[in-house]
Amino acid sequence: MKLRSLLLATAGIAVGVTGMIESKAAFAAKEVFFPVMVYRTGAYAPSGVPIANGFRDYYDLLNKRDGGIEGNKVVWEECETKYNTKIGVECYEKLKGKHGGAVIVSPYSTGLTYQLIPKAPVDNVPILSMGYGRTAAADGRVFPWVFNFPSTYWSQASAFVQYVGNQIGGLDKLSGQHIAHLHHNSAYGKEANPTLKALSKKFGFKLTVLAVDHPGQEQKAAWLQIRRKRPDWVFMSGWGVMNQVAIKEGNSIGYPMDKFVGNWWSGSDADVIPAGDGAIGYKSTAMHAAGTKFPLFKDIIKHVYGGDAAKAKANNVGEVLYNRAILNAVFATEAVRKAAKAKGGTPTGADVRKALETFSIDKARLKALGLAGFANPVSVSCKNHEGTSPGVFIQQWTGTAWKVQGGFVPAMSDVVRPLVEKAAAAYAKENKIKPASC
Amino acid sequence: MFYREAGQFKSTYQTDQAIFPIVQDRWFMALVFIVAFVVIPLVADEYWHQAIIIPFLILALAAIGLNILTGYAGLVSLGTGAFMAVGAYSTYKMSTAFPDLNIIIIFLLSGVFAAMVGMVFGAPSLRIKGFYLAVATLAAQFFILWVFNKVEWFFNYSPSGTITAPPRELFGVLVTGPEASPVARYYVCLVFLVVFAFAAKNMARGRLGRSWMAIRDMDIAAEIIGIRPLQTKLSAFGISSFYCGVAGALYIFCWLGSAETEAFDILNVSFPVLFMVIIGGLGSVLGAILGAAFITLMPIFLTNAPPMIGIHLAADLQKHIEEIILGLMIITFLIVEPAGFNRLWQIAKEKIRKWPFPY
Repeated sequence: MKLRSLLLATAGIAVGVTGMIESKAAFAAKEVFFPVMVYRTGAYAPSGVPIANGFRDYYDLLNKRDGGIEGNKVVWEECETKYNTKIGVECYEKLKGKHGGAVIVSPYSTGLTYQLIPKAPVDNVPILSMGYGRTAAADGRVFPWVFNFPSTYWSQASAFVQYVGNQIGGLDKLSGQHIAHLHHNSAYGKEANPTLKALSKKFGFKLTVLAVDHPGQEQKAAWLQIRRKRPDWVFMSGWGVMNQVAIKEGNSIGYPMDKFVGNWWSGSDADVIPAGDGAIGYKSTAMHAAGTKFPLFKDIIKHVYGGDAAKAKANNVGEVLYNRAILNAVFATEAVRKAAKAKGGTPTGADVRKALETFSIDKARLKALGLAGFANPVSVSCKNHEGTSPGVFIQQWTGTAWKVQGGFVPAMSDVVRPLVEKAAAAYAKENKIKPASC
Repeated sequence: MFYREAGQFKSTYQTDQAIFPIVQDRWFMALVFIVAFVVIPLVADEYWHQAIIIPFLILALAAIGLNILTGYAGLVSLGTGAFMAVGAYSTYKMSTAFPDLNIIIIFLLSGVFAAMVGMVFGAPSLRIKGFYLAVATLAAQFFILWVFNKVEWFFNYSPSGTITAPPRELFGVLVTGPEASPVARYYVCLVFLVVFAFAAKNMARGRLGRSWMAIRDMDIAAEIIGIRPLQTKLSAFGISSFYCGVAGALYIFCWLGSAETEAFDILNVSFPVLFMVIIGGLGSVLGAILGAAFITLMPIFLTNAPPMIGIHLAADLQKHIEEIILGLMIITFLIVEPAGFNRLWQIAKEKIRKWPFPY
């Protein structure tokens, strides 16, 4: 009886206290706010932690080294989503209005991106879903608030097919090849399917689609099929714990690792290390380099970690997904910088959207940022939100590091772009959106 | 002193059978309605509507639905998520196929579809009981979601398998889709919850509810006094799934806006709704609503409480702490009051009745 009254009293007081303390963050004029959706817990934490650390470190660096972006202090807040779309929506709603309003959001979850796409024009918060989310958003006429440069899932899938063609001596040799697509059974994993189907029709290779259900620890059935059908290539769209399990399973049936290519969400350090030596030779696509040899990383170690390289390593600096977040943060902050310059003050979400429509980073700017050779230059237009040069690098795991193999593999934009425009038009029709003129 | 029956005489059958026989209860309910229909839309901001109140209303509706099945009829179901998915996907199919059909009619029709599916999967309940039935409904959960993930017709061949709520109007006001105002969506959910909660309360008090409870308490005895087990059990499955189906439709159309089958995952929906029913109190409409409030609001409260009192923790640490506290609260609560919030409410009412001179 006493315990119950105590509990009730505590709950009552707690409710009362929170009701009274209405925490309204003081609005300081010169700051730009970045909401950061993280998943440091749950089944996807192996992928989520390096990403979260990357964003945190780059924003921290900008404040410590440059005093912010064009005089605007960088303010960011993390919100834990567990990679759960619903918690993500709650986080977004909570963060979007803080500190004078979010200027740009990168959800790092395809499911969450789908949720936020319709909200973006209402809330005036542009979305930068860098290589994930809704591929059709590459059509800027229907999705003016969503940007998915430097490349989309569909471009990536076509670049993978191009890569296979390059390996076997020409696209004309593709007929008779057999490619399996092992994918996470979710909106994200399915994205590449229509493109692969279209390409299989065009080039005459056989396509087998194998779905793995969330969270991806159970893949025996899929790999049994791979063992039976012996596809020449396996392309994987995996995420989180699914990746390492797939590599282990592939090993256990003796599948050649150099014919096993993950997409850019299936090629991080956390994916290959648990598989040990068995992962040597495993390939994945990439949109940037791994490692810390670029000058920017020296700055991060110096300013953020006080020169403590061991501590930086413990915080994933230089890992693939850490570097992905760095690239993402660079794109986002460069867009904000552009908007701030154009406006001559603190930009809003709408200003950043305008800046993204003419966004470009050339080699010289990459060099100035300390990222020469880290990624390809990007240039975006109002119509084309994917950027003008989609494509991938192919990287291979050597047992200790990811090494980029060969050059840049361009996407087959002639195949992909019509598919994108068709999907965007269908979306526009279903949701009664009038495409903007570009 | 103030809350008592003394002096309230009932001179007609109608007053005797009223849902709220005590005048103070009626005043209290009137107050609740004023708060729900007038105060909340005026006071709450978008975050409150979108992240807290609307999901609470929708999940409360689903919990009432499951409570009909589990609480009143004693049939354990783990397929709530699947029945909600049936409602959501049929709403999506109908609203895209017939754009001019009134959205409320579509919601109700999807409830009917969900009811039919529910009855099909409820058929084994005639032969199996308890945990075995739970496993059979678990099969429904996995099978139905698999179908929605696999058969492309259900998501109109969209490349990613995601369904998106198209914008639809009601009396000239947008109620679904991203541009619908949170207040409009709040009202739709609230009206559904109120109407369906009263319907459930009345069903439970009537012949149907009594036959469910008879089957729950002892099916053989119920059969002997003339209650047909098949019809009764299937009606419980059908009506429960109807509620869940409508809740599922609202879930996508008035809350999330777009979703894939993962949104109806067993860990995201089916178990939490079952916990709402258990924590709220089996066999009570109020319990379902209180349980839904606890399960949906408490995690958000625990996440937001530390920053409000000035404690800023790392996001992941805070999440871990939140999960620990929530788990401890559930365990403590179920030890202290295994019969749920509804029982707690009844105890409170007894106490108020005797206040300030308890004996």
